[in-house]
Amino acid sequence: MADLEDLYREIILDHYRSPRNRGELPCPPAHRAEGFNPLCGDEVIIYLETKDGKLTDLKTGGQGCSISQSSASLMSEAIKGKSVDEIKKIATAFKAMLGIESGNIEGIREESSQNGEGPEASEAVKLGDMEALKGVMKFPVRIKCAVLGWNTLLTELEELQNS
Amino acid sequence: MPLDVKKIKADFPIFCQEINGKPLTYLDSGATSQKPRQVIEAMNSFYETINANVHRGAHYLGERTTKAFEDAREKVKKFINANSPKEIIFTKNATEGLNLLAHSLGSTLKDGDAILLTHMEHHANIVPWQLLAERKNIELRWVSLDEEGKLNMEELEKLADGVKIIAVSAMSNVLGTINPVKEIAKLARNQDSLVVLDACQFVPHSPTDVKELDCDFLVFSGHKMCGPTGIGVLYGKQELLEKLPPFMGGGEMIINVTTEGFITNELPWKFEPGTPPIAEAIGLGAAIDYLDDIGMENIREHEISLTAYALRLLTEKHGDQIKIYGPSEPAERGGLISFKYGDIHAHDVSQVLDEHAISVRAGHHCAKPLMQELGIGATVRASTYIYNDETEIDQLSIALEEVRDFFKLNK
Repeated sequence: MADLEDLYREIILDHYRSPRNRGELPCPPAHRAEGFNPLCGDEVIIYLETKDGKLTDLKTGGQGCSISQSSASLMSEAIKGKSVDEIKKIATAFKAMLGIESGNIEGIREESSQNGEGPEASEAVKLGDMEALKGVMKFPVRIKCAVLGWNTLLTELEELQNS
Repeated sequence: MPLDVKKIKADFPIFCQEINGKPLTYLDSGATSQKPRQVIEAMNSFYETINANVHRGAHYLGERTTKAFEDAREKVKKFINANSPKEIIFTKNATEGLNLLAHSLGSTLKDGDAILLTHMEHHANIVPWQLLAERKNIELRWVSLDEEGKLNMEELEKLADGVKIIAVSAMSNVLGTINPVKEIAKLARNQDSLVVLDACQFVPHSPTDVKELDCDFLVFSGHKMCGPTGIGVLYGKQELLEKLPPFMGGGEMIINVTTEGFITNELPWKFEPGTPPIAEAIGLGAAIDYLDDIGMENIREHEISLTAYALRLLTEKHGDQIKIYGPSEPAERGGLISFKYGDIHAHDVSQVLDEHAISVRAGHHCAKPLMQELGIGATVRASTYIYNDETEIDQLSIALEEVRDFFKLNK
């Protein structure tokens, strides 16, 4: 059960049972984005407001497993008030911690490079409580749950920048 | 006659292994069944001894292969008591069968025609009709469910009025509910509607007689009934299939092709363009032999008694935490149990079960409209088959106790 203990750290279950920044924001001025995991039906909804390249407010909603929902909750705490550039750096560091590199079709590293510690590329960014999700790396199927909130956020930020 | 589960299990090579030092408890046959040695060997033997294409080469191997392929069709015909092998179309899976119908049968519908579906359908029996409704102006009507997850038959009767097609699952892949198909067919007869049965979860578990069911079309997949993936069956009444236009074009489905056009082949090949899944058809034939040896009546009885045991045990041991969906009467349901456990998400439950080498399905089971009606995002589904017995239900129950303790739920 050691791996399970690693996957379901106390902090994850806490964020699952009491998600932070839960709710909705009026749209407009806020933007609403939703992400689905078509495999299992997990769903994350994000309301966000930006001003001068900064994320001034956000709320999250949706339903799903403890990993997808706690990850969205942890994300919301980590990014509120940050600039879009900073958020992207955190996202990259978070994904790197889970062994995800861009380019790979699944966004997941091969088995051989997956054991042990995450890559060091992103040492400069402190992930704080989000490091509790590191244990997900040993459960490849669940990595998609952990990044659902992040991918939903990044897609929306990209769209906002392009519009 | 009760099944000799030990003997049956020994036929399945996959159960020879241990996972993390534990024997495999496979409770996900609703997704796909395991394969007995007899099926694997039939397919290997095909490749090793007679492999050729069908209906083409006038040589020894070609003739042997064609015969083996058409023998498999004959087995399917007998298995579901169809009138003729012309009524048995080999497809890739049940989904392809439903897409074929939505396309070919759908092309015979007129603007404004209606199709009746139910809230318990698998996406495979929803989306092809929605695609049709996008192409044509077709009205889709939806029958809701009662509290036990059974169809509201009164509502069904009302909504069925004037519909051209009633497309319904014979057994729900989430609730386990076995639908009153004969009753629905009778209703359809009185008003000239056609009945399409999604029998994916039904055919592997129960004797199936298309004449007794009185359906016009029926689809199922080979891989849920001990057969390989990549093979499915569309049954259709011959006079109806004769009238339908082909679905996909290519070799095999034609008698002649000129630059001006083509003449379609006769049934069943009219609906089988290209090289078919030959080894898979032979594998399905072997699976049918295997199931026939055990006896479909016996399989059905085994599942009713196993389901009754599971419903009783899980309620007794986990009554405070577990919410089981579907009919409470075991004889009204197939061999699967969908449930929610405390406030723990289905994924998280299945993750802990996996630590015990128990395989279950967690998620929406490709039935999102149903999940919406139930007001949940996901369930855990434990589905059984001929190789499962009560000790495995015990294992499930013990592992659920661990789920309860691990996530600190109150006893």
